[in-house]
Amino acid sequence: MFIVSLTTHTLDDTTGVESMTRITSDPESAQVQDEYFESADSSRPASVLLRELVAHLRDNRTQLREEWARRITEAKLLTAMTKDEIFAEATSVYDNYVEALETGTFEALQAYARNLSERIIPRGVETDEVVGIVLLLRDVLARSLFAKYQTDFTKLNRILDAYEPAANRIANTVAVGFVQERERIIREQQEAIRELSTPVLQVRERLLILPIIGVIDSQRARQLTEQLLRGIRTNRAKVVVIDITGVAAMDATVANHLVQTVEASRLLGATVIVTGLSPEIAQTIVNIGVDLGKMNTVGDLQGGIEQAERLLGYKVVPLVETP
Amino acid sequence: MEVPLLKQGDFLIATIQAALTDADLLHLRTALVQQVVRLRSRGVIVDVTSLDVMDSFASRTLREVAQMIRLRGAETVIVGIQPDVAFAMVQLGLKLEDVSTALDLEEGLAHLSRKSTNRV
Repeated sequence: MFIVSLTTHTLDDTTGVESMTRITSDPESAQVQDEYFESADSSRPASVLLRELVAHLRDNRTQLREEWARRITEAKLLTAMTKDEIFAEATSVYDNYVEALETGTFEALQAYARNLSERIIPRGVETDEVVGIVLLLRDVLARSLFAKYQTDFTKLNRILDAYEPAANRIANTVAVGFVQERERIIREQQEAIRELSTPVLQVRERLLILPIIGVIDSQRARQLTEQLLRGIRTNRAKVVVIDITGVAAMDATVANHLVQTVEASRLLGATVIVTGLSPEIAQTIVNIGVDLGKMNTVGDLQGGIEQAERLLGYKVVPLVETP
Repeated sequence: MEVPLLKQGDFLIATIQAALTDADLLHLRTALVQQVVRLRSRGVIVDVTSLDVMDSFASRTLREVAQMIRLRGAETVIVGIQPDVAFAMVQLGLKLEDVSTALDLEEGLAHLSRKSTNRV
């Protein structure tokens, strides 16, 4: 992707030989570097230009870094972080950036981007901010190059030829790293919610309760059903109390799912008692015309458990204290 | 494949051991309806534990078996429907209405025993 036009690699000057030695001394990244440095320039290999570029960025490190931090604050990016933190972060991003430019390998930068994302995502940093700061750095550096080479236009062009693809790829790497990290966190959280949201609890021998809290969508309803059916089988349940006190609203699809759950449980030989139907849900169920004869409903969870105990032949008697 | 019918006290047990063709199902239906009176059974248990698919024909046939056996003076319980099968069945609208179901053979026997003591 950095190969603008492939020319034969002539390593006749001293710098070329040097870079050759460096490449061979690191066999693992040799392939990457080879491609990276093999850039279009008939008179000088891109590696030389890049080296010059890196030297320039190193020399002006303090000034460029400050300029960058200033522009970040000016653009009101990273507002979740303090000025000192921004500066500290900017320093390490800058160094990693220059290093990536120098070596042409992006593994270290990728790892750094992931690590950085891990630290700043919990603080509420948004994707546009991260992309914004990397692009700002790119602009700051490009501008310093313009300032340095403004007298020699051909050279500026060649320097930019070497700089731009690398800089774009760095911006890409950081942004992708950030987004991937975010997606990973979202996936993890979804998984955690999914696991937490549907407990099937045994309260007595052969009696399960399934408290449902929150919004039910089709996917969750389906998952609830599957978990309940599995629970019925493993616990050999005869009666199940589904408590939907914590469900505020229910649409027709989900109400139908609930009815399906009741029917599927019956196929496994378990009776279902639904408790805690809110007035709104009662209305939904009547509106969609579900046959309520098949649904065993009780007002609250306590009543439901009491009825379940009756069905199972239990009788709860208070302990009489002996005089 | 023939489904063996086992007499166990007052009950008749049919354990389906592998997926059945439609012809096998019809054969099972005939055999059950005949045997239930011949053996003076009060209840019939059809065990479908090993079935991992229940299509509309199988479900309809089982329902017919239950209705016919009721007319012949006995009770039917379908036992051992797998969770996945149950879920698929209700989604297809195969609800086996007015047929008794139980978790497994043991539960089915307990269910029938309760019913028959009620009757005596």
